[in-house]
Formats: sequence, structure tokens, C-alpha cells
Amino acid sequence: MTKGHERADGPQSVPALLHRNAVKFANAPAYREKEFGIWQSWTWAQTLEEVEALALGLLDMGAKEGDFIAVIGRNRPKLYWAMVAAEMVGAIPVPLYQDANAEEMAYVLGHCGARFVIVGDQEQVDKVIEVQDGLPNFEQIIYLDPRGLRKYDHSKLHEYDHVQAAGRAKRDELLPELTARQDKLDYDSICVMLYTSGTTGKPKGVVLSNRNVIETSKSSSQFDDLRQTDDILAYLPMAWVGDFIFSVGQAMWTGFCTNCPESADTMQTDLREIGPTYYFAPPRVFETQLTNVMIRMEDASPFKKRLFDYFMAHARKVGPDILDGKPVGQWDRIKYKLGELMIYGPLKNTLGLSRVRVGYTAGEAIGPEIFDFYRSLGINLKQLYGQTEATVFITAQPDGEVRSDTVGVTCPGVELRIAENGEVFYRSPGVFVEYYKNAESTADTKDAEGWVATGDAGFIEEGTGHLRIIDRAKDVGQMADGSLFAPKYVENKLKFFPNILEAVVFGNKRDECTAFINIDLTAVGNWAERNNIGYASYQELARHPQVMDTIQSHVEEVNKSVAEDEMLSGCQVHRFVVLHKELDADDGELTRTRKVRRRIIEEKYDDIIAALYDGSKSVSTVTEVTYEDGRKGSIKATLEIREAKTWPTAQKIAAQ
Amino acid sequence: MKDVNEGYTTEDGRKIGGTVMEMKNITLRFGGVEAIKDISFDIHEGEIRAIIGPNGAGKSSMLNVISGFYVPQEGEVWYKGAPRPQMKPFEVAQQGIARTFQNIALFEGMSVLDNVMTGRLTHMKTGLWAQSIWKGKAEREEIENREVAEKIIDFLEIQAIRKTPVSRLSYGLKKRVELARALAAEPAILLLDEPMAGMNVEEKEDMSRFILDVNDEFGTTIALIEHDMGVVMDLSDRVVVMDYGKKIGDGTPHEVRNNQDVIDAYLGVAHD
Repeated sequence: MTKGHERADGPQSVPALLHRNAVKFANAPAYREKEFGIWQSWTWAQTLEEVEALALGLLDMGAKEGDFIAVIGRNRPKLYWAMVAAEMVGAIPVPLYQDANAEEMAYVLGHCGARFVIVGDQEQVDKVIEVQDGLPNFEQIIYLDPRGLRKYDHSKLHEYDHVQAAGRAKRDELLPELTARQDKLDYDSICVMLYTSGTTGKPKGVVLSNRNVIETSKSSSQFDDLRQTDDILAYLPMAWVGDFIFSVGQAMWTGFCTNCPESADTMQTDLREIGPTYYFAPPRVFETQLTNVMIRMEDASPFKKRLFDYFMAHARKVGPDILDGKPVGQWDRIKYKLGELMIYGPLKNTLGLSRVRVGYTAGEAIGPEIFDFYRSLGINLKQLYGQTEATVFITAQPDGEVRSDTVGVTCPGVELRIAENGEVFYRSPGVFVEYYKNAESTADTKDAEGWVATGDAGFIEEGTGHLRIIDRAKDVGQMADGSLFAPKYVENKLKFFPNILEAVVFGNKRDECTAFINIDLTAVGNWAERNNIGYASYQELARHPQVMDTIQSHVEEVNKSVAEDEMLSGCQVHRFVVLHKELDADDGELTRTRKVRRRIIEEKYDDIIAALYDGSKSVSTVTEVTYEDGRKGSIKATLEIREAKTWPTAQKIAAQ
Repeated sequence: MKDVNEGYTTEDGRKIGGTVMEMKNITLRFGGVEAIKDISFDIHEGEIRAIIGPNGAGKSSMLNVISGFYVPQEGEVWYKGAPRPQMKPFEVAQQGIARTFQNIALFEGMSVLDNVMTGRLTHMKTGLWAQSIWKGKAEREEIENREVAEKIIDFLEIQAIRKTPVSRLSYGLKKRVELARALAAEPAILLLDEPMAGMNVEEKEDMSRFILDVNDEFGTTIALIEHDMGVVMDLSDRVVVMDYGKKIGDGTPHEVRNNQDVIDAYLGVAHD
């Protein structure tokens, strides 16, 4: 029956790819999961058998073509199989964020009208049961882990293994129907629907076709030379488009092995045991790892510490060049080899990154120090730029052209266009089909020719062709003299300093930029402790003259680096205050995902902003705060306003 | 003794089996001090039985009588329908009674996994000779026991600390490891001595859930001592209340809560 799904122009759907792999890589590992302390593996042939059994079981339960099947839980092979099985029966898998609360889950389940929900454990079952009354289309739950569910009413509950057993028992009877349904799948049929997290308004269901998923997986796998023998660790949320493309799309296309950790807590141990060759992590993961390394090195013996410092300095000097294949002196090479033996190798092993051939980070700007640290160790860490609507890939950095300030060149098959206002548009085979049941938003985002608005402003660097993202398009403005104003660009540079937790830059339609700074209580507090500086509160520490001096030096350093960029040199911060309270989601100043809400901050602190622009030396203010229990209070403070040194733009220096 | 082997149905509809253990007129003295005075109660198969009482009420002494560590001067402990002769603690363990301790008694220098494996000791049959040859029977036995240990580690969600030395763990986690070790013995009766003592609210919630899950999943009979009234009332099927070595109440949490003697013992009563 395998032949039936193959067409002359290659497999046209994810199930067809699975059939291909089950023959082509029959005995190679497809999925692994650590369970009871041991890595359990399934070969591609076994995977097909498991997926097919579940698909037959779903048919037996009455799954129809065009149904939506929600999948909720932590990364487990059985849940990945569930998504493929859903597609096999002609249904559409919808992975959801497992940490979503019942209310959010109700919205998504209601919006797509899921008939079946396949979940990991009791926690998810409870949430679905809680909201089921509001879901007219909902019928059955299938769960993996029976623990704690013994006493539940099982009229709507089914154990995953039992569904598979039922499918196996009726194989002869149901297989023709399953084969017929798979044969109908082609490039235009829907592969998956993923909900975007929805920072503005309700989540939107992004519909991706087999064309989107397979074409993107194909071209991106070629771009990074992914191989059948590669290993990845699947630990990021299954509802995120990246995980779907890495763990299903690219895994199916190249036939590499997807490894699932034992639990969220054991991720670091499992990472080390698997030693992935292809690895993705958001910047904060790399940042935390680096901090841990540094803290542990502080406690190391003086000899080890000196050895570490010596070789790390050498790595920073020549490591990235060696990785990029640039010429490096023979002596430096020998020294780097020695460092590899003594420091870099063992360190990479501890981090679980020994075997990484292709590593990516994306989602936010990554600090150059962090980025360089990993690259100097010889880890090929790169950046990519993408979004759900593009089936991840828009731009990525090719090997040998990696920098921390760009997001790379266009991926194969992607076209880029920069609009008048600086917004980035793209067109590619990965461009999504539509937002489910939301024609209006679809039309707003994607035009008739297939160009999609990213909502981000950026520009293509002359010479290299690399894309640089500077800010969200709606935040980008103009200074009074007409030069570009990109607050996020400057804020990110400020936030790369460990002492600065949050920064808000103002300057739209004004002559010069000013900034609010929040200190990082952990980092600055640590510093204060080491220097015997006593403080009683955040407020007291924030206004300490030495802290102000440190922050001022940070701001000036940022100004210097901003000045090097002729397009953005107008964004240098002229005056700043260190705020007397941390910006907080409870006060509405940040979103729950810690993104700055400019409008609200501008209104709330209008007195401080006024003082920043009228030249006063200090400002007294009263701020309302909301405590965690919902009570309100107010803080009075007098804030010192500091002037920061600014630099002439790079162009002028060159001209002089 | 008509009711001895009759089960009952709990308020939430679970079927509880017949009597598995019975205390008959137990009196325990330390010199002149009567720690336990003529107490009788029974434990049914599959139930969660709590023993509560203020400080110094004799709860821990009672648990030590059940576990065979103390031998009462008067009275008998009946186990599985027959009076239990005086036994050494390891013999009691072999009979399928496992316990945790109020003051954690783990092997601090050993890993969590090794600690849990010690709970399998009563299930290991190979002798010194076979163990030193290792290949064959001893190896098979180790694999079997490791499998049980791993299932319990998975059940109690302590995979992340499997290889961590116990001395590096927090108090709440140590308590959980102790529960894991007791469970590894696959006991018929599990005795828990103040499983929530010194825990914060979140740890208490976790522990309560694990106790309920253990009872639900493995059908283990559980006898526990606890200070925290709220926890006891939510967890247990039946409660024995002790005060100054005497039993002052016995029944479902609801009955006990409305028992005047219990209220007096806990809230204090004005003596004229």
C-alpha cells in the first residue's frame, strides 16, 4: 500500500513522507523518549505501525475528514504521532499550549470546533472537562497517562493505548478506508493549524498546507545540510510553529531522530545524554546557561579559574574566525586546539552541546557577548528570522556569515520587500493559507499577490544582503529632524547590560531621545553586596549615586554604538532617569509576556517625561502601584535626571 | 467479631475491603509513663486511616507499635486475621509493612535512586556469592528491581533528581524520596509519620496528591499520623483521635469534626 501515496513528484503529504521513511529508513531511529530512566526508541517502521494503529482507532471512533483534532501536552512521541494520525484520517491537527489556562483553551477549542482532544495527562483532561459545556462540537478525549483518571467517568474518556488496540483489531476492516483517505491528501490539503500566541487580541488560527510544511522543510533542510543521522531534542512547546517544523516537518523530510525529554525538569540532563546535532533555543536559554557557567566558575579553584579565563580570552579572539573558516595564524590554531582539549571540549560536553553542527536562536535579540561566547567555543550558533505565517523561515544566517546584529539572508524560495515605512514584507512557498474563520485579518496581513506583512521594521544591509530587524513597525517613528526613531533597537542594546532589566526610550517627533531605566535588582543587588553598599529597598538602590554612575556609563556606551549606525544615530539617549519602581504587568505597564506597553507608560509618567525634556535636574513624582493582592498604594520619589554623553555619527567622523 | 471482614463504602464511593490490621486493647508504658492506654481500632484494606492528636498524645508511639518497633505491655496486634507475635522490625518489613519517619532517615550520601533501591531489599533473594559473580541471576534481579524503582520515581515525579545525592535536596524533596523508598517495598500497609511536617503549602498539596494517588493507583492501605487537621480531614477515610494516650474519637472526618471531646482537645476547654 505504500506505493499508493507516492507520486511522481515526491510525497505530497506528511503521512506520505512517513510511508516513504518507513521503507527508506525502516530500521533507523525515528523517535526516542526517556521513560523510566531509559531511552526508548521507535524506528521509522515501528512509527508507521503506531501512527497507523492510532489512525485506525480514530476511524473506529468516527473521525471524519475535515474534523479538527486538538493535541495538548508536553513533547512526547505519542503526541507527535497523534498529529500525523489526525492527518492520515483527513482531519486537521491543532496543537495547543499545554500551559494555557482553561479559559484560553476554551476559546481555541471553541474556535476550531475540535471534536476530539488528545491529551497527555490528568491535568489537561481536567481543563478540557472544565470547559466542555461551552463546546458544542467536542465529543471525546483520548489520554496518554491513565494516572489519577481511574475514578473519572469514562463515557467520553479513552486511553491512547486502547484506541490503538481497537484500531489494530479492526485493521482489515478499516484499512481500505484509511488508505483511501490518505490518497486524497495532496499539497493543497491542510497539514496543521497553529494558533499564534496573540499579543494583540484573541489568538488567530494559522492554517498551513502540506505545501507550506513540506516545501519549507525541504529547502531549510538543504540550506543547513540536515542529515538523516541528525538528532534533535524536542523540548519547546508543541503548539509553536518551530517545534512542528523541526520535530515533524524536517524530521519527516530528512528522516532524522526526534528525542523527547523525560520531563521538563530533566531537560538539561537529557540534552547532555542525547547530544543533539541540530539544536534550537530562544536567547534566554543561552543566557541562563552562560550565567550558570560563570557562577560555577566563580566557585572553582584559582588554578582552574585562571585556566578558564586564559583560554576563554583566546577563544574570544580566534574562535569565531576559526568557525567561519577565516585565516588564523598557526600558533593561534595550536593554542585553540589545546584550549579545546582543556576547556572548550569539557565545557561543551557539560552543556550538552558537544555535537551541535547547526544551532539556532530566534524570537528576540540576543546579546552579542552571549552569542560570541557560544560561537567562540566552536558551536555553530546562528540566528534566524521567521514567524508562524511563514512556516518559520524568512531569513537565516548561512554558515560563515554569522553576526549577532543581523538575522541573515533570505531562505531559499523567499522574496523580501521593504515598504516605504520600513516594514518588512515577504513572499514564499511557506506563506500560510489563511487565518481560520477570520477573512478580515487574512486580508489585512496577506495581499492578493501573496506578500505578507511581518509587522516588523527593518532594512537590508548594503553589501552583505543581510536583513536587520530594528523594531516593531508600529513603534517606529521619526524624530523632529526626520531621522528614523526605533526605540526597541536602543532598548535592546541597553538591556544587554546585566544591570539593566528594562528600558523605555522616548523621542518620537521630538528633537532628542530620552530614556527610563529599570535596574536589575539581582545583578545590581549582587554588586552592592560585594561592595558593602547597604540598601533597604529597590528604590534606595536605584537612586544610589554609584548605581547612577554605572548606568550612565552603560547609556554612554550604547550611544557610542548607536552612533556607528548612520541610519539610527539620531536615537542616542541624551537624558535618562532610573525609575523608582520596576515596571510591572500588575500595573499594566508590561504585558504578561513582559513586553513594554508604551502608550500606558507615556500617560502614567507624563510628569517625568516632561521633566526629561525641560532641562530640570530632578523631578518629584507620586506613582500609584498595585500590590499582588490587588490593593493599591502609592510611592513618592524624587528622581535625579542625568545627562549622557552623545557621539557624532560615524559618517561625520569619516568625513572629518 | 462479626464485622471483622466486612468492607464499607466511603463517602466518595470507593469500596474499602475488610480488616487487615487490628489493635486490641493496646497499652504501652515507658517506666511509669503510660504512653498508650488501652486503645483499640482497626485498619481496613485499601483505606487511608489517620491518627491525629495534639503533641504528646502518643501518636508516634502508636505507629511504632504498628511497625513492631515497640512491643506493648498489654494487648495484641492482629495482622491479616491472626495475632502477630513479637517481631524484629525487619521481620515486620518482610510482612509487607513499610514506613517513613518524622525525622527523615535517608542515606544522605547516596543518590536518590540508590535510596529507593534499598527499599527493594526485602525483594532481593540472591546471596552474597551470586551478587559477587553478578552475571545471571543477580543481574536479572537487579534489572527487575530497578524497573520497579524507576516506576516509582516516575510516579512521584522525581526523575530530575534521580542521580542527585540526598544531602543536596530540599526538605520537601527528601520527604518525597522517603515515600518513594517506602513504596519501593511494595507494601501492603504504608505507615507515614507526619508526612507534611515542616512543609509549605505547595509542598503539602503535592504530598497530599501523591498520597491519594498511591492509594488510588496501587490500592495501598495507608495509616498516617498528621498534625495538620485540614490535611487529615481532606485525605483520610477514617480518623482515630488520641489525647494523653487515650482514644477520644474514631470515625469519618465528618463525625470526628463534630465530636465534642475532639473539639475540646484541639481548641482547649475552660476547666472550672
